[in-house]
Amino acid sequence: MNLRIKSIIPQLLTLLFVVAVIGFFTINAQLNMEERGIDFGYGFLNQESSFDVQFSLIEYDGSHSYAKAYLVGLLNTILVSVLGIIFCTIIGVIVGIARLSPNYLIRNTAAWYVEFFRNVPLLLQIFFWYYAALRALPLPENTEPLFGVTYLTVKGYYIPRLIWENFDILIYSILAAIISIIFIRNYARKLQEEKGQQLPVLLISVGLLLIFPGITFITGMVQLDVSLPVLKQLSKTSFIYAEGISVPPELIALVLALSLYTATFVAECVRAGIQGISKGQKEAAASVGLTPNQILKLVIMPQALRIIIPPTTNQYLNLTKNSSLAAAIAYPDLVLVFAGTALMQTGRAIEIVSITMLTYLTLSLSISILMNWYNKKIAIKEK
Amino acid sequence: MLRTLKALVYLLTSIALLVSFETSAFAKKSKTLKKTQKMGFVRCGVSQGLPGFSNADASGNWTGVDVDLCRAVAAATLGDSGKVKFFPLSAKERFTALTSGEIDVLSRNTTWTLSRDADIGLTFVGVNFYDGQGFMVRKSSGITSVNQFKAGVSACTNLGTTTELNMRDFFNSKGIKYEPVTFEKADEVVAAYDAGRCDTYTTDKSGLAAQRIKLSKPDDHIVLPETISKEPLGPVVRQGDAVWEDIVRWSLNVMIEAEEYGITSANADSMKSSDNPAVKRLVGAEGELGAAFGLDNDWSLRIIKQVGNYGESYKRNIADTGILPDRGPNQLWTKGGILYVPPAR
Repeated sequence: MNLRIKSIIPQLLTLLFVVAVIGFFTINAQLNMEERGIDFGYGFLNQESSFDVQFSLIEYDGSHSYAKAYLVGLLNTILVSVLGIIFCTIIGVIVGIARLSPNYLIRNTAAWYVEFFRNVPLLLQIFFWYYAALRALPLPENTEPLFGVTYLTVKGYYIPRLIWENFDILIYSILAAIISIIFIRNYARKLQEEKGQQLPVLLISVGLLLIFPGITFITGMVQLDVSLPVLKQLSKTSFIYAEGISVPPELIALVLALSLYTATFVAECVRAGIQGISKGQKEAAASVGLTPNQILKLVIMPQALRIIIPPTTNQYLNLTKNSSLAAAIAYPDLVLVFAGTALMQTGRAIEIVSITMLTYLTLSLSISILMNWYNKKIAIKEK
Repeated sequence: MLRTLKALVYLLTSIALLVSFETSAFAKKSKTLKKTQKMGFVRCGVSQGLPGFSNADASGNWTGVDVDLCRAVAAATLGDSGKVKFFPLSAKERFTALTSGEIDVLSRNTTWTLSRDADIGLTFVGVNFYDGQGFMVRKSSGITSVNQFKAGVSACTNLGTTTELNMRDFFNSKGIKYEPVTFEKADEVVAAYDAGRCDTYTTDKSGLAAQRIKLSKPDDHIVLPETISKEPLGPVVRQGDAVWEDIVRWSLNVMIEAEEYGITSANADSMKSSDNPAVKRLVGAEGELGAAFGLDNDWSLRIIKQVGNYGESYKRNIADTGILPDRGPNQLWTKGGILYVPPAR
């Protein structure tokens, strides 16, 4: 009894302290706001925002509400984070493996890349890609096409716009392909376990993913029109490409900087993961007759991933949070649109900053949950 | 021993009483003024570099008409126009810095609007520059009027400004689809426009004139003649300290009124013997104008002597630097402009 009380008292005191601190700040903020005639409330979210945004994934203009502007910023943040995570993973894995290459040149190039990019502040890298690298691009009227139909200019990367007819049928066909792949995989596993036969699952999967949507095209159920970027004159010396889609240079610079920077950390995680597997594993696998590819796929990677995933999760979270540096180069992310323009126009600092913080928290936690789920899935299951 | 101790206590108590009596005599003194005098400097929010308005030179000396307003407040309250600490702020940071108490005066080419004045705990105290939003384009584009803009035009500007809203109103009214590219810092906007990211750069016309100097080839760019909005720029203070508000307001008004009566930094002292009572009031030779703020009677004389009148400030910062040699609406009402301040009496 005595012991229980003893153990509870410090906890109670801590709780009281935390409540008191939060209470103090809340009351203090309230008093100050009252004194300065600032009211508090989230009602402004329904008001007309009356500002436009340069780049949006959903339909938006100034006649929509602040809530919609928030959504525009959020989606742009998610877009740059997802693109950044994909690219940093690809680059990171390649560089991580390259650092272990027996080839002197490859190994050292990778090492130099890692040491250089992770030791230069990210904001500087963003400025570099935006002002130095992208600004070196030509004006629209002087641009040679890239891949025939796309144009990389100082005003953005112009790509053809795809106009789908019956787009939903295409989605259904892809879904059908995925479902059949799951069936085939299960069948292949059964075949392997019962008879020891192996099916080229990867080849079949890719084939199905091409054939199913292909049929919908050939039969004419789905149609695709391409509208190519066309040079348009705005004034005597100013041109743009109309008709196509314009990917803003701000997005390109940001994704480049974020993925090149974060990839260095991912590369180190990958290298640590692979080096963390003892040599004996590889030799044992080879001695039972597995091919080098099978060794990597069935023995090394499953074990290495357990080491790679947790620190890589951290890097993904960092990338997402670092994407808020977008505001420095005019990419309309959550911080620029909502915690920037919207905050300025409404003056509701506490409300908007609290929403923005909660949003980043939710984003980070979602990535965390997803990666933890994946980590659990690949963890060693002791039977 | 005990006796001397007792006597000491009495003495100390009476001194304390006297002191508190003294301060209660100045009950009118504002909290911000007290704090400012205790710190020994005025905390003033300015821009991150806008020639003519607030700009720091290589050795960190700030100049500009917005800066002069802060110096005037310092001259009035602390007796020395040099006792100002400048806080360079972006458009996005400025109001938060003021409402959170990081600065006490915001003198940063800020447009006076209803929502800013009423909504967010700020009070605008006057107008020190009448401005309007304009557009800058490349001369080579052949554009000479805003009516020549076409759909797809990209416009660079600062985020969190009235410019962003006016731009939308303007392009909407013309039915033109445009691409807004908004940066946090003015320097970033200039760099982006200079590099060809945008077809036009839009902000207050004074800002355009000032920033044009920063471009790599200023002569290749022109400011279009049209003005699409009214932008009365002026100093801002926090709500809730009426006396401080008055001090800042009248520091500005005194500068304008001094110009009206021909009082300059050079002749201020000799004006004490003027025949005109209005002039004598302004230089502290008559009346008790300072007492209302908890200041001495020479506060306005110090402003005029140390900072100069509005005309001197304009000439020094905006006209002589070639930014806007023509005063336009920022001329006294007696000379065809719209500068008109209530009488200091």
